[in-house]
Amino acid sequence: MRRRPMLEVCDVTTCYGRIRALDQVSLTVEAGEIVCLIGANGAGKTTLLNTISGLVPAAGGVVRFEGRPISRLPAEQIVRLGISHVPERRQVFGSLDVRENLLLGAYSRARRAGPAAIRRDSEQVFELFPALRSRSRQLAGTLSGGEQQMLAVGRGLMARPRLMLLDEPALGLAPLIVQELFRIFAGLRRSGTTILLVEQNARAALRVADRGCVLENGRVALRGTASELAANDGLQRAYLGQTNHRRRPDLGGPDSLTSG
Amino acid sequence: MTLLEQLAQYIVSGITLGSIYALIALGFVTIYNVTGIINFSQGEFAVVGAFVAITAAQKVSLFRGQAAVGLEWPLPAAILAGVIAAVLIGALLYRAGIQPARNASPLSQIVVTIGASIALRGLVLLAWGTDPYRLDPFSAGKPLRLLGAVVTRQSVWVMGLTVVTVVGLYLFFRFTLTGRALRASSANPGAARLMGINIQRMGLLAFVLSAGLGALGGIVIAPITFMTYDRGLMLALKGFVAMILGGLTSPVGAVIAGIALGVIESLAAGLLSSGYKDAFSFVVLFVVLLVRLGGLLGARRGPALERAGL
Repeated sequence: MRRRPMLEVCDVTTCYGRIRALDQVSLTVEAGEIVCLIGANGAGKTTLLNTISGLVPAAGGVVRFEGRPISRLPAEQIVRLGISHVPERRQVFGSLDVRENLLLGAYSRARRAGPAAIRRDSEQVFELFPALRSRSRQLAGTLSGGEQQMLAVGRGLMARPRLMLLDEPALGLAPLIVQELFRIFAGLRRSGTTILLVEQNARAALRVADRGCVLENGRVALRGTASELAANDGLQRAYLGQTNHRRRPDLGGPDSLTSG
Repeated sequence: MTLLEQLAQYIVSGITLGSIYALIALGFVTIYNVTGIINFSQGEFAVVGAFVAITAAQKVSLFRGQAAVGLEWPLPAAILAGVIAAVLIGALLYRAGIQPARNASPLSQIVVTIGASIALRGLVLLAWGTDPYRLDPFSAGKPLRLLGAVVTRQSVWVMGLTVVTVVGLYLFFRFTLTGRALRASSANPGAARLMGINIQRMGLLAFVLSAGLGALGGIVIAPITFMTYDRGLMLALKGFVAMILGGLTSPVGAVIAGIALGVIESLAAGLLSSGYKDAFSFVVLFVVLLVRLGGLLGARRGPALERAGL
């Protein structure tokens, strides 16, 4: 029998008032993969992550994590199951210092794990992001954008997630830092963390991802392996910056490419 | 009595009175930071706490003499009873009044707290009537003298308990996981949820903490000034003024502003006329609102402020 995927999003619809931000979206993420979500602004990428992590309720459909339906659980319970959401625009706790931000990242397991384990994990985050160590007593709000992004990812790791949802982690960062972050994501995957990545920079995302999924107006427009997507003509024109004429991309139907 | 001695006296009484305002203002700030609500039943926590403590400590007749209560508990137990009663009411207010309205605007939730304060005042009036009540001072003995000013032992209690409470609260917010979770919830509620923090529970905790602070304020002042059923409104307004003076979201600011307000009132009452005591607080508020609020809101119009609809 085939093993169930780690994350299954089945026909999920999400509405903001009367606006349908996601329309029957389906997506699977296997344990150990990096899957990236590509799409224009407003295509529903962030909404999809927010729906998975429970910040926004699903109006229809079901989300299963490791076989268990989670779409009716509130966000604060979903993180306890092993899903860590690093939200759009970093959202660090600006009036708390770096160490406190990391500690709160482990809030869902802090009482069970104990202070020693939390300290060890903070050390690991500092090893991953050495720039944070020297600023550990600094208020998070005073960090640079890149440092805040590192802190947001580090804070997300403190929950020891099996699945990480990363929302535009490279937004507004210098190319060198972006490279560094993506190197770290690849490393996380090697150490067993599954990643669902939302990224504007489709080229960089497809380089680390195993599979990708293109969202358009709240629907899945295209899905496939990273190399298939990287080679797709319509996608190249639309999202990989090789366009010299403004034209709506012809992406084919939702199932024109299937995942392996 | 020289003028200098008089001034010292006014300042000592002002600090005593201001300590109460500080405790109530701290309650305001705590609830506001975590939930975005200005809780106008803050003063009622002080009144209920004081009346329950008085009832536990002394012979009291309730409901127009229909029920005589003579518990005469030792003072610490009576204080604890007063604080617990207020805390339970705070929890009930949050669970029954605020939480069901959590999707309503903060302004509607603020109206809920106004309604609760009117209801609580009515209940206190029913039970204890319009008579003023007084709690015995915490310790007997001659007043102390400081720079020519008379410092009653109860004043020492008020200031001492305020310092202990403020320091304790600071340590709680700064060094415990729950305190940090409360600060995180006020800094960014959405991200706090993603960390696994139940922000409804944090709201409940904020109400419980504030109720306890208010009750403590009401109880320690009950031996100095008489407690009547309707004192809550004025106490809440003073605490609210201190909160705004202190910058709306800053606990440290609230404490400093509360004590400053007490001193200003005391000086105004002593040097001008005691009739102007309350007027002075509100003149201060008026001036601060005129001079600073535009800048305050302009510079710090964070999500919390928007939530409050200010």
